[in-house]
Amino acid sequence: MAAVSLYDEPGPRGRRRILIGSIVGGLVLLALVLFVLQRLEDTGQLRSVFWEPFTRSGVQRILWEGLLATLKAAGLALVLALALGVLLGVGRLSDRLVVRVLASAMVELFRALPLVFLIFFAFIGLPRLGIDTGPFSSLVIGLTLYNGAVIAEIVRAGVNAVPRGQTEAAYSIGLRKTAVMRLVLLPQALRTMLPTLISQMVVLVKDSALGFIVAYPELLRSGRLIYTNIGNVIPTAIVLAAIYISINLTLSRVATWLERRQRGGRPTGPELDPDMMVGGLDSGAD
Amino acid sequence: MDTVWESRDLILDGFGTTVFLFVVSALLSMTFGTLLAVMRVGPIPPLRAAGTLYVTLVRNTPLTLLFVFSTFGLPRMDVRLSFTAFAIVALTIYTTAFVCEAVRSGISSVARGEIEAARALGLPFRKVLRLVVLPQAFRAVLPPLTSVLNALLKNTSVAVAFNVAEATQVFRRLQNADASATFPLLMITALGYVFLAAILLGGSRVLERRVAVTR
Repeated sequence: MAAVSLYDEPGPRGRRRILIGSIVGGLVLLALVLFVLQRLEDTGQLRSVFWEPFTRSGVQRILWEGLLATLKAAGLALVLALALGVLLGVGRLSDRLVVRVLASAMVELFRALPLVFLIFFAFIGLPRLGIDTGPFSSLVIGLTLYNGAVIAEIVRAGVNAVPRGQTEAAYSIGLRKTAVMRLVLLPQALRTMLPTLISQMVVLVKDSALGFIVAYPELLRSGRLIYTNIGNVIPTAIVLAAIYISINLTLSRVATWLERRQRGGRPTGPELDPDMMVGGLDSGAD
Repeated sequence: MDTVWESRDLILDGFGTTVFLFVVSALLSMTFGTLLAVMRVGPIPPLRAAGTLYVTLVRNTPLTLLFVFSTFGLPRMDVRLSFTAFAIVALTIYTTAFVCEAVRSGISSVARGEIEAARALGLPFRKVLRLVVLPQAFRAVLPPLTSVLNALLKNTSVAVAFNVAEATQVFRRLQNADASATFPLLMITALGYVFLAAILLGGSRVLERRVAVTR
């Protein structure tokens, strides 16, 4: 960590105080955990009837299928959002005023509206225009619009970050505007964007749980199928959380690894907090 | 268009609930988030670890799952609250993690010379934090905190599926009653959200200019 410590190396007195703080803090935390566990025990949430179902293959298959549905929606939305994001991001950099204004307006609008609202727009609004959308396409459309707008900003930043000499060199060998963008700027921008895109997948996996609202049978909805039958809301929520968290931590780790690799594996330079790099874009928007 | 005009009170009530969810959850999560951030940068190992664990777990959990947990799970533990209160619980648990990260990034943006100078003066951790770091961190925190709060504002709409009559649910109900008004209703609801976001962003910009200093 390059961050400066906010406190001095503790002396004997400080060490004693930290030790006391650790013991008191640790005890408070322990008490909190015990209180919750006791509460779960008292209300019968830890009974094996509630947990045993997760060892059954039928229940596991439901969860597995839910997980696949989640990954399908999130993965498809990522690909489509990337396409939309490149379109809108490049549109915002266009020389034509109309294109620029239109692309900017779309980006701002999709970022300003709640994702739930965008999903409902696809679910309820589009069918009235004669576009048939089911739960799956509604979810994917909503995710694509919102994340497309987010990725558009990443693309724009990525293209702007390509050194100026690259553009000048491309023009000087006689390439046209479109070719410069397509052959020189975008490939370089996309390469640097790769880690960010993977961390965006974390956001997509989380947001795809909104499929719950339009009854798309993703992971959370599958969980609902289980807890409405068995009545084990809390055990199911804990199992689902564990699944989501492990997927997302894996994705974050891949993103961090890619980011490290792209920086050329230089061991020198400030060690960034991986947490902050990857989480930089995710402000918790759902 | 008639439906929209006739239901103006309902729509306004819906946005009133949205604002209520937002304000209460924002205040709670800013309080807890700051505490959590202090835990994470402080010298006490168990608290640091607990803070890190909380952020890691919550940040990777879908908000909708937290809503399921609070609205349907908590009653199983004999916690009985209104649907609105359950929604606030879910939104606060979630947003606290993001506020913590915003505050922490603000703390790490304070120039290291400031911190070194404060420590050289012999200030203890509490005073370094309270007198030197947090006042400056507050300025740096505003932009990331604004985007966290903007996300919270939009996230209130997840309550649509959990029995809270906020703006999106009012839209759903009115649209169910009169499908011919779908597009006017969509438009007015979208406008409402854009308007609220504009107030939030505008307010933050004014505040930012107020607290801005030339460094």
